[in-house]
Amino acid sequence: MSRTLSAPVTVSFDYTRSVGPVLGRFLTGLRDGQFVGARLSDGRVVVPPPEFDPVTHRATADFVDVAETGTVTSWTWVSEPVAGQPFDRPFAFALVTLDGTDAPLLHAVDVASPDEISTGLKVRARWATERTGAITDVVFVPDTGTAAAAAPVAGEGEVTGIVTPVSLDYTYAASPEESAFFRGLAEGRLVAQRCPQCRKVYVPPRPACPVDGVPTVEEIELSDTGTVTTFCIVNVPFLGQKITPPYVSAYILLDGADIALQHLILDIPVEEIRMGLRVKAVWKPREEWGTTIENISHFAPTGDADADYDTYKHHL
Amino acid sequence: MGKTPAAVIGVGQTHHRAKREDVSMAGLCREAMDRALEDAGMTLDEIDAIVVGKAPDLFEGVMMPELYLAEALGAVGKPLLRVHTAGSVGGSTAIVAASLVQSGVHRKVLTVAFEKQSESNAMWALSVPVPFVMPVHAGAGGYFAPHVRSYIRRSGAPSHIGAIVAAKDRTNALKNPYAHLHNEGTTVESVLASQMLWDPIRYDETCPSSDGACALVIAADDVAAASLNPAWIHGTVMRSEPTTAAERDQVNPQAGRDAAAALWKQAGITSPIDEIDAAEIYVPFSWFEPMWLENLGFAAEGEGWRLTEAGETAMTGRLPVNCSGGVLSSNPIGASGMLRFGEAALQVRGAAGEHQVDGARKALGHAYGGGSQFFAMWVVGADRPTN
Repeated sequence: MSRTLSAPVTVSFDYTRSVGPVLGRFLTGLRDGQFVGARLSDGRVVVPPPEFDPVTHRATADFVDVAETGTVTSWTWVSEPVAGQPFDRPFAFALVTLDGTDAPLLHAVDVASPDEISTGLKVRARWATERTGAITDVVFVPDTGTAAAAAPVAGEGEVTGIVTPVSLDYTYAASPEESAFFRGLAEGRLVAQRCPQCRKVYVPPRPACPVDGVPTVEEIELSDTGTVTTFCIVNVPFLGQKITPPYVSAYILLDGADIALQHLILDIPVEEIRMGLRVKAVWKPREEWGTTIENISHFAPTGDADADYDTYKHHL
Repeated sequence: MGKTPAAVIGVGQTHHRAKREDVSMAGLCREAMDRALEDAGMTLDEIDAIVVGKAPDLFEGVMMPELYLAEALGAVGKPLLRVHTAGSVGGSTAIVAASLVQSGVHRKVLTVAFEKQSESNAMWALSVPVPFVMPVHAGAGGYFAPHVRSYIRRSGAPSHIGAIVAAKDRTNALKNPYAHLHNEGTTVESVLASQMLWDPIRYDETCPSSDGACALVIAADDVAAASLNPAWIHGTVMRSEPTTAAERDQVNPQAGRDAAAALWKQAGITSPIDEIDAAEIYVPFSWFEPMWLENLGFAAEGEGWRLTEAGETAMTGRLPVNCSGGVLSSNPIGASGMLRFGEAALQVRGAAGEHQVDGARKALGHAYGGGSQFFAMWVVGADRPTN
């Protein structure tokens, strides 16, 4: 058995990117089947246009239409394309200097093998039929001398923004100490650890006491009753929310612990929840248990008298 | 350990808005930078180094935006540093920039901080579920609301104190043309009538989500002395602490208390409430005004709300707090701390326009971030420091 528990996490969001007037002009050009570059203060013509002149720092304003043919000045072969790349088959990424410009553009060249691309190769734009005003509206192909005109696109007005979907997949790993806590939960136990120096009891346990910096090796088991130290009632819905509002997110100081745990309070009208309320874990049916704090469905009032403020005020 | 005197000689900011769909991130930063440079009577070519700050990259989904921004920010051929300390980043970025001048490394440093919250959703970005733990998190409001409740319990403050702060800051914002919210007629009653979002925090007691940027030009002694109205830096302090620890004080964090004590000492201030003429304090949720008044040492523990209740933090009070409208009126997160620092500088330069405190000579800029675990603060003054 591995010392640590891990689980996959995906974080994804469709970012709405405002591109500003300069890149907007470039993207509008792509939508319309035309490369738009800028003439900079030093006389160079550059595609895409930088937003600000690198010498004068002024906003770029001198736009020029640029040819759709150019020369490969360097390239690399992508033998195993990944999701989100321009092609689902092997292709080349290349620096292409468009005719009449002074700096290369990084883009994709559609060739079947690395034998078909070389530095110095003449290439030509191949426009997508459906264009939205994005860098993916175009790719490059070897120039055979015949131009295929870009299909007209019924886009209107300037492109002011693009949507950029971002998705990040990674494996979350709990620390060995947290893993022991989560594995304890799978057996219905609450495993904590005590710092050998300050004697404070941490739940979940940590690799080291955050105050003393030493391993908290002494393991102790806590009961599943505790005191609500403080809480908030979440009324606001938001993207990615797992629990339907309104719900009470509470700090619960388990008996014997020196740090509160965040969990949900149910089985009591929201307006009756209070600081000092004594609560007990309500466990899900055993067959639903895993290595997670979610084995505890929520905490519910024990019915006992509230804890005295002095017993938990130093935990606020 | 001698520091060379340094001063803010240029302040620039954008008109903060919910969405600035007309500009890119680079364009947003340049708006603030160009205004700061114009204010300083300087060009980008004269700047020695650029220090940029913003909050977590997940807010815009651009990893290390400083890489792509380098050219637009005029950093080619110059040192470019990026700072990150969560919500306090605007303050710590200004302090890093100041330290480059105070140490004698550079003479003219431009610092800029920004956020373009409209590109994403901060509430989502701050609530990404972590495996195995209870998914009860609900953004910054969900994080801070329980600690606000603790403050109310501990101090015995009446429940309308937060509403007093919100009504004051929103009214102050009407005098600040750059503020995001210009909500006419906000009163204690209207705040109390607004929806409860994260009980005990109401909608009107919550900061907006803004696009915006702020920039400062910080210059060395000789450059500053030649400037018309420099805001001299009298002290800068940063402190950090763990997000959670057994018996950690979440209401009145040790790091904030320590930072404030060190700041007042550095600035030669013995009675902050008597010596500070205007304070720009990072108050994203209304109740943090009384909480930070105590943490900063303007009031004894448990007494901060009395200053608020008595109107002492209003523009006409003993300690005007957030005359600009504060974070409650504009919150481009990464820039929010620098706005506090910049607004403090505007006050002592006599350049705050309609929200100017008459005769302000010393002002505080303050920022905090993370789970109240990062603190950054400075004192600026109209007079060149003598210490």
